[in-house]
Amino acid sequence: MFNLIKARIRHGYQAIPNPLKTQIHPSFPGRPSLSGKADLEALNRLCPVSAFEKKGLDLGKCVFCGLCERRYPDWICFNPDFKIAADKRENLIITPEQATMPPIQAIKGFKHSFAMRNVSAGGCNACELELGASNNVNFDIGRYGIEIVASPRHADAVIVTGPISKNMADALHATWQATPQPRYLILCGSCAISGGVFSNSVQLDRSFLSHWQACLYIPGCPAHPLSIVHGIHSLMGAK
Amino acid sequence: MEKRDEMLNPYMIQNLDQLEFSEFRQKLQQLMEAGYSPLQYFGSPEGILYSLMGKSDCLELLSTAFPNTRIYPSLSKEYPAFNMFERLLHEQYNIHPEGHPWLKAVRSQLPGENAHSDYSFLSDDSSLLHEVGVGPVHAGVIEPGHFRFICRGETVEHLEIQLGFQHRGLEQLMLQGDFKEKTALAESIAGDTAVGHCLAYCCLIEQLADIQPKGREIRIIALELERIAMHLADLSALAGDVAYIMGQNFFAAIRTTIINSSLAICGSRFGKRWMTPGGVNYAITKQQARVLESTLQKARTQIIDCAEAMFANSSVVTRFDDTGVLKLQDALALGLSGITAKASGMIVDARMDYPCIENSNFVALTQSSGDVYARAYLRYQEILQSLQMILSEINQIDFQQAISTPINSLAPNSICSSIVEGWRGRIVHTAKTDAEGKPIWYRITDPSLINWQALALVMRGTAISDFPICNKSFDLSYCGSDL
Repeated sequence: MFNLIKARIRHGYQAIPNPLKTQIHPSFPGRPSLSGKADLEALNRLCPVSAFEKKGLDLGKCVFCGLCERRYPDWICFNPDFKIAADKRENLIITPEQATMPPIQAIKGFKHSFAMRNVSAGGCNACELELGASNNVNFDIGRYGIEIVASPRHADAVIVTGPISKNMADALHATWQATPQPRYLILCGSCAISGGVFSNSVQLDRSFLSHWQACLYIPGCPAHPLSIVHGIHSLMGAK
Repeated sequence: MEKRDEMLNPYMIQNLDQLEFSEFRQKLQQLMEAGYSPLQYFGSPEGILYSLMGKSDCLELLSTAFPNTRIYPSLSKEYPAFNMFERLLHEQYNIHPEGHPWLKAVRSQLPGENAHSDYSFLSDDSSLLHEVGVGPVHAGVIEPGHFRFICRGETVEHLEIQLGFQHRGLEQLMLQGDFKEKTALAESIAGDTAVGHCLAYCCLIEQLADIQPKGREIRIIALELERIAMHLADLSALAGDVAYIMGQNFFAAIRTTIINSSLAICGSRFGKRWMTPGGVNYAITKQQARVLESTLQKARTQIIDCAEAMFANSSVVTRFDDTGVLKLQDALALGLSGITAKASGMIVDARMDYPCIENSNFVALTQSSGDVYARAYLRYQEILQSLQMILSEINQIDFQQAISTPINSLAPNSICSSIVEGWRGRIVHTAKTDAEGKPIWYRITDPSLINWQALALVMRGTAISDFPICNKSFDLSYCGSDL
């Protein structure tokens, strides 16, 4: 009993007061800034996932390994800004000299409550752990009425982690079909958005994504809990 | 250039004798009788069968051509440690180990079979028995896998674990592109063991390139931080499963401070992007070392407070004690590793048996009862041990030293194995290079591949309601096993 009280006192108050406005550690690689002088082709040759294209850097492909930043610090730097989720795939492309992410358009009718079902489809357990962490005492996603539920029947959205392996394609489809309409699709992490480091694998079956349109993309490898909280909160249009 | 330290691990060999099949088998039997266990046993695209055998301070790699008939008498009957390896060999190369007790798909890719629909589960018509199927999609935020229980009332008679849902073709992807630039992929073998798997890959490349890596202390710190963080996650999950909410929340919060320490140094809470062949990408500065030290000191006090309260709580102890007992003889026969094996009294730890980073003071901790309590308590003890290791390494960091060495070209026509003790147990990577130093094949063995069998074993005779705590007490990887 005394041990318990001692532990409780030493534990203190762990919740982040406002996860939407908190400062993240300066080492965190978030929204990148690309210099106008950057040679995107040279950067792309270096990139393990070929995330650079003509227009800029595709955050949906980027695995935030930092190779480009370490090699060409004058061309690119990753800022400690975790607000990198987007509601449209093309909004994930960061163009040179772009300073902010485009705003996320809210969906209607979910201001106070939003229930999600997670399907891990080939995920490496990093995004899964971060999604779980967004529900812990520190990030406490529940304070916004956001819930991760145990059945698709109770869900407003399916949140996919992982690149969607062939062996999970059917199960993902079945989960989606079991989710009542209106239903929303959220892709969490680089693997879910683009296949990430697995994009060249023949063991993937991403055909699900050609049938259904996602309404939120949360980049990261893995996505940081703060990015997840911010993205979903913005999607709900909550105050 | 600095000369490379002579070490057993990584283990490189250039002219490997190919034995006759009968000789290969005889040698394997001799080694098994001498107390070795198979660390890896696999086929290769050139039609060669390899077996990496190891015991404390000894490693041996044997090879032979595939048997002509593609049939050979199974080893698993005599030595169950080969069970999963022979199943994989059958799945990947259609080689039939005759007399194998249970030749089933491992990654749901059996030749000629259609993924999951053709998988034949053990079944029984008895009216006393019923079956419970769970997964692949689970109720929580976890990876996919299918569990099928055959129960008599509340008691589980048999559990069958069907995996393979996470198969992403990792070993094939390791061969594409520049072999020296595969850190991001190696970190995604199992994202919760990013440092462990990436370190195994880095050590392998360094041995092939014949260079001495830098940043020894930083590597130990990264690996042990990962161990502490994941053991805390498991203690949190175990507490949650027995409705000890204080433990669930406290351990999770302490884990946050530990993984945020990784983020403060390398930018990733999982230690991704930290390791690189030749050393590390991010140094620890003097100031960072001070912050890390005080964070860990504080965390240590909190962990002890919380764990002492938890392990003294009768409702927790009643649920943990004598639940899911894994016998030492089973752990030995199956060649298990990590917490799974050590909690049953098996003295096995790659940090001691074949260290990849020199650390002569290390002694593996064990428990003897083999139940959920032993596995939970051992995690607590290992957390304290790892904290101690980090705190002593911090003081040895040379802040002026370079943190990485450039990579030379890789040795041609060589086979190289590297072994790392990740937080789940023994991680083994083996690769072979061609005449230009490019990889011909790459074989990854996560401890989970072997250790999943322990979960199936301990569930026999256990109430089905105890499955969650048994499962969490092992906390095995789906993606590491499925690759």
